[in-house]
Amino acid sequence: MNRLGDLERAVMDVLWERIEPMTVREVGRALSDRDLAHTTVMTVLDRLAKKGVVERTREGRAWRYRPAASRENYVSELMFDALGQTGDPDAALAAFVRSMSGTEAEALRRALAEIDQPRT
Amino acid sequence: MVSAALLATIAVGCLFAAARLRRASWPLRGPHVAVVAWQALGLAWGISTIGALLAFGLAPYEQGVFGGLSALAVDAATHGLYLSGLAETPFGATQVVAIVAAVALTLLLFWGLSTSFLHVLRTRRRHRDLLSLVARDDPDVPGARILDHPAAAAYCLPGVLNSQIVISAGALAVLDRSELAAVLAHEHAHLRQRHDLVLLPFSSLKRAFPRVGLMVGYYNAVALLIEMCADDEARREHSPKELAMALLRFGTAGTAPVPAGALAAAAAHTDQPEVVTRVSRLLNPVAQLSRGATVAVLASAVTLMTTTVGLWHLPM
Repeated sequence: MNRLGDLERAVMDVLWERIEPMTVREVGRALSDRDLAHTTVMTVLDRLAKKGVVERTREGRAWRYRPAASRENYVSELMFDALGQTGDPDAALAAFVRSMSGTEAEALRRALAEIDQPRT
Repeated sequence: MVSAALLATIAVGCLFAAARLRRASWPLRGPHVAVVAWQALGLAWGISTIGALLAFGLAPYEQGVFGGLSALAVDAATHGLYLSGLAETPFGATQVVAIVAAVALTLLLFWGLSTSFLHVLRTRRRHRDLLSLVARDDPDVPGARILDHPAAAAYCLPGVLNSQIVISAGALAVLDRSELAAVLAHEHAHLRQRHDLVLLPFSSLKRAFPRVGLMVGYYNAVALLIEMCADDEARREHSPKELAMALLRFGTAGTAPVPAGALAAAAAHTDQPEVVTRVSRLLNPVAQLSRGATVAVLASAVTLMTTTVGLWHLPM
């Protein structure tokens, strides 16, 4: 992964860990082991805000940043895409198999039991 | 008028052929060839329908579709709209309507294609952004990114230089090593053969004609064939049983933890569930489509295309 992507990830990890919104300075301090310039942190937060994964609110003279959604929410969103449940399946990505209805899963479960028998 | 009649015949013939192709069983034995047949039918249908309308509308020029179009352009540029002169007779009015309909259909198809393409690009960018924030790498699964979610999923995110394969933790939990390798091979086949580009025109047709259930049927048929193509590719290096087992494990592991709201959209399947078709095809191997049949289908596809385009030139 490139450096910027790596930084975005690290910044998100910091924001997800805290409950309250953070300023640029606070984020930089939380990542002090990386020794980042103030402007670098600002750039990264700006990029994340443009991507819509970070929201910012003004507090006095400083902006405060917080994640637009939890990590679990984003994982769910990706899985939703992946399992083709967004209502309008198209060519955006190709899943190995889309999510199944109860009857389909039941039919497969029976087939699986038949195949597994010789193994056990 | 002859070319208009012939093109209209081809357009209707394409619809009949598509209906037959959807019910045919040979595509199971030669999914690659069947995908080509679908592409030829789709393209020929579009070109022949638009061509029939134009050939009818431009018949007074007696120069065929291509000649008629350039004559119309010259006319429009030199002495205003020839169309208004045409429309004064009752027969002329229908010809104007035909030309307008041809233009509208062309725009609709291009609009569908471009909006689909943009939608796909936007979805992928968002997906890729999020993936880079929440997915992790696993040394045991080189070349794939891991999503920590209990449901079973494996998919690929196509791209020119940045395509990715993603596996969920739930999938890793239910697959053994060889099954996982088979799944990865399946996804690699999708990426290598750019199956997403094959599917794109069909998803845009669906978008252009959202009320036409037939289009959804065509899309699903091609989507299933593409999965079979990838299954066949994976089968070159892995046993079909491993793939079938992987499918079975996915089906029996992953359904529970997913929110129920949107499930109905995916559950609206036709007669036999697609995944069952795939599994039975893997477990009960059928003979490959014979060389002769393959050549026959490909030759028909080429003939169909050349005839349709040729009729655009026919000055009758």
